Amino acid sequence: MEKQEDCLVIGGHRFYSRFILGSGKYSLQLIEAAVRDAGAEIVTLAVRRANTKEQENILDYIPKGVTLLPNTSGARNADEAVRIAHLARELGCGDFVKIEIMRDSKYLLPDNGETIKATERLAKEGFVVMPYMYPDLNVARDLVEAGAAAVMPLAAPIGSNKGLATKEFIQILIDEIDLPIIVDAGIGKPSEACAAMEMGAAAIMANTALATAGNLPLMAAAFKDAIAAGRKAYLAGLGRVLTRGAAASDPLTGFLHD
Amino acid sequence: MVRINGEDKAAAGKSLCDYLQEAGYDRRAIAVEYNEVILPKQDYETTVLQDGDVVEIVCFMGGG
Repeated sequence: MEKQEDCLVIGGHRFYSRFILGSGKYSLQLIEAAVRDAGAEIVTLAVRRANTKEQENILDYIPKGVTLLPNTSGARNADEAVRIAHLARELGCGDFVKIEIMRDSKYLLPDNGETIKATERLAKEGFVVMPYMYPDLNVARDLVEAGAAAVMPLAAPIGSNKGLATKEFIQILIDEIDLPIIVDAGIGKPSEACAAMEMGAAAIMANTALATAGNLPLMAAAFKDAIAAGRKAYLAGLGRVLTRGAAASDPLTGFLHD
Repeated sequence: MVRINGEDKAAAGKSLCDYLQEAGYDRRAIAVEYNEVILPKQDYETTVLQDGDVVEIVCFMGGG
């Protein structure tokens, strides 16, 4: 039997990896190994004021062929997110953008309302828009209407490594929204990434879980395997769970007594 | 004075191209917003900085 192709389609682009890798909080020298061992095809970046003291260009460290996904971190409203998206495009990253709008610097929670506005404007301009959001079904539906190419609900606050705190609400998005649901933020362990994939998430985005790990490339590989395992389990269809009692796995006849 | 990345610089009269070179920016790695409008790279030579201009020079950095 021919193996069926399982790819992730975002804005008409096909990807075979379901692991979106962040590039923050670790050295540029580790990026290549992280991308390789993660098997990542998409890497996120931030846009910041350039510093003449730092002469190194992060783009020189990202392997060719990887899709760059600039985020709009630092934006406090839709106008600022649109401005950052335009600057990112001028920096030569293509048309992908991850919208990230926060008013709150303590919990770094996304502003869903402003995110819908920015998504609509940038999608109209032809960007492949991937909004980071607090998992709310109504907002997700508005993001679909606004032209999002994927929806990126948070699992837990950014950088917290706390895992699937919003699990029930992410499941609702997976069940109801006809776009890739990419779990972003808060995933701290490969097992959590695997669990999200088993639920039917289309992909996982992780940064801090790797950046704060003891061995970054090895953790990247662990996430890769966990995400692939979770995807296979989802495609296979999980076995049922009994509400009570037990069900023998062994034959119920031919016992060596009576 | 010219406001560049949030700081006042005595750069009035210089072309943007000369300023970037003198300050040590890598032109390949940056994008420039000049008075709130993104400036195409081919305009760096012909843009002369003036008192009161606001310039933002940005680049990619690691991020999630």
